[in-house]
Amino acid sequence: MNIKKITTILLAGIILTLTACYPENFNQTTFHPYGPVAERQLDIFWLILIGGIVVFLLVEGILIYSALKFRRKKDSPLPKQIHGNHKLEIVWTVIPGIVVLIFSILSINTLMYAADVPKDAEGNLGNHKSLHAIGHQWWFEFRYPHPNDDSQQVVLANEVYIPVGIPVRIELDTVDVIHSFWVPKLAGKVDMVPKPKDRNGVKDNNYMWFEASEPGIYFGQCAEFCGASHANMKFKIIAVTPSEYDAWLMTQIEPAAEWPDPLAKEGADVFKSAGCSGCHSLKPVAKIGSKGRLGPNLTHVASRTHLAAGMLNNTISLNTTTINDAYLQENLRDWITNPASIKPGNLMSAQATVYTDPDKALTESQISALIAYLTTLK
Amino acid sequence: MAQSEIKDTDHVSDVEHEVTSTGLNHRKMLMWAFLGSDCMFFGALIATYLVYKGKSLSGPQPIDVFDIPVTSVSTFVLLMSSMSMVLAYSALTKNNMKVFRIWMISTAIKGATFVGFQVYEFASFSKHHVHVECNESHEMTTFETEVFEAECKPGIDSFSGEYGLKPQTNLFGTTFYTLTGLHGAHVTLGVVWLLSLLLLSFKKGVITKEKNVDIDLAALYWHFVDVVWIVIFTVVYLFGVFPFS
Amino acid sequence: MTLFPIQISIPSIPRPVKPTGLWSWLTTIDHKRIGILYGVTAFILFLSGGIEATLMRLQLSGPELDLVSAEVYNQLFTMHGTTMIFLAIMPMGAAFFNFIIPLQIGARDVAFPRLNAFSYWTFLAGAIMLKLSWIGGATNAGWFGYAPLTSVSQNPGTGIDFWIISLQILGVASLAAAFNFIVTIINMRAPGMHMMRLPVFIWMSFITAILLVLAFPVITVALIELTLDRYYDFNFFNVANGGSVVLWQHLFWVFGHPEVYILILPAMGIVSEVLPVFSRKPLFGYSTIVLAGAIIAFMGWMVWSHHMFTVGLGPAANAIFTITTMLIAVPTGIKVFNWLATIWGGSIKLNTPMLFSLGFIAMFLIGGISGVMHAVSASDAQQQDTYFIPAHIHYAVFGGAIMALMSGVHYWFQKTTGKMFGEILGKFHFWTLMLGQNLTFFPMHFVGLEGMPRRIYTYAEGMGWDLWNGVSTFGVFILIISFLAFMLNVIKSWKSGPIAPADPWDARTLEWSIPSPAPEYNFSEIPQVKALDDWWVTKQENPDIEVPDALENHSIHLPQPSYWPFVTALGILIAAYGVVFNDLLVPYLIAGIGTLVTFIGVYSWSLEPVNDPDEHTSH
Repeated sequence: MNIKKITTILLAGIILTLTACYPENFNQTTFHPYGPVAERQLDIFWLILIGGIVVFLLVEGILIYSALKFRRKKDSPLPKQIHGNHKLEIVWTVIPGIVVLIFSILSINTLMYAADVPKDAEGNLGNHKSLHAIGHQWWFEFRYPHPNDDSQQVVLANEVYIPVGIPVRIELDTVDVIHSFWVPKLAGKVDMVPKPKDRNGVKDNNYMWFEASEPGIYFGQCAEFCGASHANMKFKIIAVTPSEYDAWLMTQIEPAAEWPDPLAKEGADVFKSAGCSGCHSLKPVAKIGSKGRLGPNLTHVASRTHLAAGMLNNTISLNTTTINDAYLQENLRDWITNPASIKPGNLMSAQATVYTDPDKALTESQISALIAYLTTLK
Repeated sequence: MAQSEIKDTDHVSDVEHEVTSTGLNHRKMLMWAFLGSDCMFFGALIATYLVYKGKSLSGPQPIDVFDIPVTSVSTFVLLMSSMSMVLAYSALTKNNMKVFRIWMISTAIKGATFVGFQVYEFASFSKHHVHVECNESHEMTTFETEVFEAECKPGIDSFSGEYGLKPQTNLFGTTFYTLTGLHGAHVTLGVVWLLSLLLLSFKKGVITKEKNVDIDLAALYWHFVDVVWIVIFTVVYLFGVFPFS
Repeated sequence: MTLFPIQISIPSIPRPVKPTGLWSWLTTIDHKRIGILYGVTAFILFLSGGIEATLMRLQLSGPELDLVSAEVYNQLFTMHGTTMIFLAIMPMGAAFFNFIIPLQIGARDVAFPRLNAFSYWTFLAGAIMLKLSWIGGATNAGWFGYAPLTSVSQNPGTGIDFWIISLQILGVASLAAAFNFIVTIINMRAPGMHMMRLPVFIWMSFITAILLVLAFPVITVALIELTLDRYYDFNFFNVANGGSVVLWQHLFWVFGHPEVYILILPAMGIVSEVLPVFSRKPLFGYSTIVLAGAIIAFMGWMVWSHHMFTVGLGPAANAIFTITTMLIAVPTGIKVFNWLATIWGGSIKLNTPMLFSLGFIAMFLIGGISGVMHAVSASDAQQQDTYFIPAHIHYAVFGGAIMALMSGVHYWFQKTTGKMFGEILGKFHFWTLMLGQNLTFFPMHFVGLEGMPRRIYTYAEGMGWDLWNGVSTFGVFILIISFLAFMLNVIKSWKSGPIAPADPWDARTLEWSIPSPAPEYNFSEIPQVKALDDWWVTKQENPDIEVPDALENHSIHLPQPSYWPFVTALGILIAAYGVVFNDLLVPYLIAGIGTLVTFIGVYSWSLEPVNDPDEHTSH
């Protein structure tokens, strides 16, 4: 078996293995991009990987070959005592130097592309939707500009719709520690960094953008260690056609329709008396830049495909947005009964009196009423 | 190999004149290495100061509290202490123990004076007083404008209040006190070191014309601390009040 | 706080003169003994870090497991990282610096033997501080402790304070050692040992010491700023008052990146010693390898923001740091190619030390390739903070540094103990380590690119991460077996291994020209060095030369043992405990007592002559 044959077989083996074992389209894989930013970032990865594989085969090959071919045998003579060869050293300095420089420069294009929404002919930011994402320990607040009122924002949590084929420009904010906003199928992550307001009250927040090229549900997860439940901080980006998106936004600016169910009405009372409304707003909109509440906005909570920032699923499977009411109710019950078991360290368990004060704990019937009420918030 | 042939050419009972590869004394080299690390230490602190310069959201700024004439005096005192340190070492090498001790005490006193000035400065900054006239328009600093906007309501002619600069007040307070405080701690340690050496010099044979490395080391440290102060005085004080922004 | 120490005229406590047993170890200033202390302590702490890792991997072996709580898991990964970097790899490197440097440069000890002992005891104090913090809640904000997670409002307990203080203590220990080795290497070389005749291990140790001197003060400042924020409400990282949490990251990584070169350069030095000996060929391109090491250390100061590519520094900064980081791959590549050229055409003996050094190249290469992938900030946006990074890290420090350190252990064991290290168990240890290392860490590349973030105590089903996490955990058990074999080998060989000759490998450098184990005085006569690889050259000129036996009686003057390094370090430990719990009266007392003990130690040390003029040297 000569070297040529071995190399060919190895290469063929690697290519076959890679093709056969190409990663499946799992929820957060970077190998199946659905938007131009993620696509271009993956292209750079492939480029470097190919370079890496070449270097790997070359170096490991020489290593293993030498270790075997030059193995000491009995009565081996002293090998030729070579101290160095400057010409050779120059070659293996200059060539890698050129290669790494080429890779770096090729990648800068993608770096600039990912930095902000593509510009139009005049050099201004092109057409895009603006989204404000605010990290909390341990959930995501989202705000869209009100479609009809410049002074207001639509307030959402953990799940947000975007239109297909239109760039979405995201301002990244946080109320506590550093979080990171990552939807692998749409774009690489950018951190949500707490920043001071300058003397004019303006925060120099980070921005990122992505665009979905197809309708679908895209999974996101916080990607900067942010405390006890960092592992439990997930969100969804749901891409729909632009007309579906516009329709959705119009439903979001209205509060949920009221239901005449008496248990639900009782639940609405419990919501106030137990102090839930102190942290959870039921108003769909808020003034621009207004300080959020401690907990997620619950105006349309019953339409969300998941609860507690990705911890509990209200749908039969992960790739549909159709809510299964039975799941929803079960999840609400699990969450309200024992939130700390689902999200260790969460602020609700730590601060809400219904959890901290045994006298004020919710009774079974109160919980059922609450669930009945929350289920009406579609 | 016979025992009698064993030599150890590197041992000398006198530590001052050990044989070294470069001819330089071990401990002097150690001091230089240490000063290298101390450079990075102050470098990081000064970098923090510069990063936050001008970024305080409120509260007194350098121009409100600094008294350049007073700080110039204390700077001069510290600079002169370096001179007396040189004179001390020089006297020692000439075997003039009395003069050596006088200059050592002089250095220590100047160092302590510098620290005293700093203590006074910190105390006065923390009790910084502001007076604004509400009806006349005159040049005000950014901070005075803050006070003006907060306190000059209709009907009030003037306002006086204490707005001390503490480390907790704003970024300037935090970085200023930390940087200059840690420098002052270095000076204080130096004073303690000098006084200890002074006391030791009374024990016979410990510090002599030939055994002068200890003084040399202390002098190196002392000059370093002085040079760092020159940088701090320029970057923090002078650049703080002169409009280079 | 200014302190005026009480001048106690200590009625001269007699200096220890060659005590035996425990006291001989507490007061030793012999670099060889200190090396052994470092090595054994570091290995035990390495095992503790391994236990922390095993618990983590058990928790992650399947989705949504409940072995440890979220809080404990967060403490585990923080302590694992801090332990492995500061309490395992760095002190293992220090073990080699201590034992080998004087031997390889032809000296009898280091420039400051008591400072050397102080470095060890202070390191131990820092290690105790950190590990004892498990009682009552260890630090839980990651080994990198990003603000504002480390603020008092986010983390009111003492865990973070323990972490801060122990890192400061460890910094003192590292700095003291670095100063010592810089002076030793520059100033205590045998006659004729010019800088360009120094073994590569010495050069790498020297460069590492310079990096330590320049890098540690930066994290010292960062930790002081954090302490002031936590204890006294300063504003360094207080966003509400204008502070920047990104400043912490800058300060930390300006230290943190040179730190990883501090971890790897000694390992590269060891490999550069081992490969030529077991190929019976000189190192290819000695001066190039030395220069490459120096260039890596220099360029290492210009790349730190590649740890911050996703923080939002902007595309211009990210582009610059991409380029500088990619460029640092070049001198690293030079070293690898020069090593390959060393073994090419040689007469290779595949014994355990050689296998580990070859394994280092094989594994570190993979770490280097994934490093180049991270260097490109465009694609790093998908890799940062995912398991792809621990994959890179562990190929570089586990497959890299740890393998090279194991190579050094196997190479120099005989010089340390005078016994031959078992080959069969050694090879078993090597192959299981290779297998375990790849099973544990290679799958992390996959799950990282498939969207698994780092530092999560659990993950959901159905994300595609289950299989590889399981494989990864399985690999840990292979690693455990590997290290059990190693420990067995150490005990067996030390107790009853065959007696080792002075030069079992027919090696090239000065330490092999003295008996095994190295005698107390190192060299009966300080060598006159004529060339690079002087011992090899001597043997070529005089093939019949024999290393004489160790002297039974000698009047060679040696530095003497001392109590004060130990006392000073003890004072620091006591004071540190007082400082951590800073809100109560008793801690202030403890801090005061500790400071007093420290001052007594320092003053007594400085008043104690370097060499007692009346001592008798014969033993």
